[in-house]
Amino acid sequence: MFSRCLAHVLACVTVLTGAAHAAPRPLKAPAGMVMVGPGVYRPLYPASPAERLVSVRRFYLDARPVTNGEFLTFVRAQPEWRRDRAPRLLADDGYLTHWAAADALGRDVRSASPVTNVSWFAAKAYCAARSARLPSEREWELAALASENARDASSDPAFVARILDFYSRPALAASLRDVGSGKPNLYGVYDLHGLVWEWIYDFSASLVAVDSREKGEADRNRFCGATGASAQTPSDYAAFMRVAFRSSLEAAYTTSRLGFRCAADLEETP
Amino acid sequence: MSKDFRRTIGVLRASAIALALVASACEQKPDVGAMQRHFTEHPAPPPDVTSVPSDDRIMAVLTSPPNVPPPTNRTKPARVVVKLTVKEVVMPMADGVQYSYWTFGGTVPGSFIRVRQGDVVEFHLQNDATSTMPHNIDLHAVTGPGGGAASSFTAPGHASQFTFRALNPGLFVYHCATAPVPMHVANGMYGLILVEPPGGLPPVDREYYVMEGDFYTKGKYHAKGLQAFDMDKGIEERPTYVVFNGAEGSLLGDKSLKAYVGDSVRIFFGVGGPNLTSSFHVIGEVFDRVYMEGGTHYQENVQTTMVPAGGSAILDFRVQVPGAYALVDHSLFRAFNQGAVGTLKVSGPEDKLLYSGKQEDSLAEKEQAPQAPVLVDSAPPSTLTRDERIAAGKTLFASTCSACHQATGSGLPGSIPPLAGSDFLVKNDKERVIGVVLNGLSGPVKVNGTSFNSVMPTWNHLTNDELANVLTYVLNSWGNPGGEVAPAEIAKVRGSGAI
Ligand code: HEC
Ligand SMILES: [Cu+2]
Repeated sequence: MFSRCLAHVLACVTVLTGAAHAAPRPLKAPAGMVMVGPGVYRPLYPASPAERLVSVRRFYLDARPVTNGEFLTFVRAQPEWRRDRAPRLLADDGYLTHWAAADALGRDVRSASPVTNVSWFAAKAYCAARSARLPSEREWELAALASENARDASSDPAFVARILDFYSRPALAASLRDVGSGKPNLYGVYDLHGLVWEWIYDFSASLVAVDSREKGEADRNRFCGATGASAQTPSDYAAFMRVAFRSSLEAAYTTSRLGFRCAADLEETP
Repeated sequence: MSKDFRRTIGVLRASAIALALVASACEQKPDVGAMQRHFTEHPAPPPDVTSVPSDDRIMAVLTSPPNVPPPTNRTKPARVVVKLTVKEVVMPMADGVQYSYWTFGGTVPGSFIRVRQGDVVEFHLQNDATSTMPHNIDLHAVTGPGGGAASSFTAPGHASQFTFRALNPGLFVYHCATAPVPMHVANGMYGLILVEPPGGLPPVDREYYVMEGDFYTKGKYHAKGLQAFDMDKGIEERPTYVVFNGAEGSLLGDKSLKAYVGDSVRIFFGVGGPNLTSSFHVIGEVFDRVYMEGGTHYQENVQTTMVPAGGSAILDFRVQVPGAYALVDHSLFRAFNQGAVGTLKVSGPEDKLLYSGKQEDSLAEKEQAPQAPVLVDSAPPSTLTRDERIAAGKTLFASTCSACHQATGSGLPGSIPPLAGSDFLVKNDKERVIGVVLNGLSGPVKVNGTSFNSVMPTWNHLTNDELANVLTYVLNSWGNPGGEVAPAEIAKVRGSGAI
């Protein structure tokens, strides 16, 4: 219990110290990233009536989730993030347990499939090593609104049904396919749906609620949508599931279907 | 349940001061003062729920449906530990139909929990590492905001723990309350927790656990393969399946509930929903007592009881006449076309005074039934190719056999065996199969591991050609092994030699 709380505090501290903002980037997309936005995103639970629509500035986003192979390279370069060295405070017992060894994937783990069983701290450290950061919820959700041919496919029933189908398929974590094997969306981003859950920077309702009214209330709203009454789009079940999933996490948690990708700021030319 | 445990019938008493409202997920904390009710009409002393039980912990016995844990048989409240693991598992919803269920304990409904009023329940909810979703539990037996939902919200591969006091006796539904809640419930996330009143429930010979639930699949009823959840059908409340204990046929055949003549039977019945209210009925029985809505008071001599989604009832009855009793939702299309059927098989001696069986067959008395003629097919055999036989057989099957065996050859669970993939066709030689169709079949027969005990009429009025066609069609359809049946082979079995 103690360690969980402490991890939480650490997460808060990083939020408050504004470590989210990496150095501005030139207009040429960093390796592996594509430009997303600008656009408007409709949060499932608006923080206030004025925030029913949230505008999102342009940003860079990894075209694919981070893979086991890429994460292995990172762990070799920063051995403090090996599973046998990372403090449990920053990555729980499940951290990288699917790998054969602390510094080897083994025969059963595909190098090109998305890395899972990583904590928020580990994901954040990985992105920082690339001078990047985790995407914010609004950035991730904006990118995820796009289908192959529309920026906002939220009213395309086929697109919505396809996403929901993923969530009603059985969990087969052992057989995660390689990243980038489907079709990219309009921005050129692969696998936002249908492969793994992804960490976002501001994943925790309790983190964002630190400075807003009452924490308990915000928490309850987020995962406890028995009525769906306060939600903007009560039949967007996939959005509910993402919000519920994120709310269930602590920054040190790892799960077998949770991976991540990185984002970076854009240097706006005046 | 052994008769050794029989005790004097406990009188159910409401606690003198009871929190009447069991908060459901996400409700604001109830104004406790306003909720207090004084049951002055029950002057009996309240059960002691104020003194804290000793620190010794008892592990709760959990059971899978249709089984029920034994009575607690405790005279005092205790600290009870419940450990429940949420698992997402693929299981059959019907013959050849799979579904990715989300479960409490690996079954639908989830494990049955049995505690006593006043118990302090230490609840451990584990979410299996293979899960895709976070889950939690809202127990309607919990007095407190959200019924435990907020405290038990658990990511995949993690666990959480909370403690509650079982203040109100009764039979309560529990369910997952993670958004989107209807989907978690529609995927099977519900079960029952019984809070026994002090003194327990009146002892009976057999206790069973049955829950009804509605399911929404992308494919139609009986469409084969792994079926995905259909949100639109859910929102429109158009279920594909309405079933007992999570799957069609889960209380049929070998899995029927069982009792002996003279037994007192109790069904702890609940409705998981997420949408439908059940009109629960046992064909050929009258419930002696129904504890309506799972509460304290009972109605007597009830035919059909209505149980709401997220509600329950305790049904007590004595079985006196041997036979098979169908459990149905008396909203009958659900029983006939969506799967809401189960059986209770009662064995033992008959008592003709209670039920005579058929005493008179008026048709048989009026007209002397003619001796069944030995039908001889004297038409000359045709010379069709195998493909022509299959095509001709298909038409005949549609008009003659499909009413029972279904156009897909799936049969009807519990009453008509399947022809699709039927091991009966493989295990038996051709003569036997031909004989069954020519002469009909009655009595117990096992097909693909399921026992059927019904009657198929004779088909000896069909010509050798027709029978050869229809059987060739059956052998070459729905993944059956293939092959051909010639009219001469029918003739041989018919024993007429008329070719
Ligand atoms: C009135 C309903 C009904 C019709 C119509 C019917 N059957 Fe059956 N059939 C049954 C029942 C019931 C059984 C199982 C009898 C038992 O339980 O003993 C059965 C059993 C069988 C079996 C053996 C069990 C199995 O599943 O493999 C075959 C083969 C069969 N039927 C073929 C046919 C064919 C061919 C036709 C059409 C000519 C036909 N049936 C028409 C009700 C029917
Ligand atoms: Cu759930």
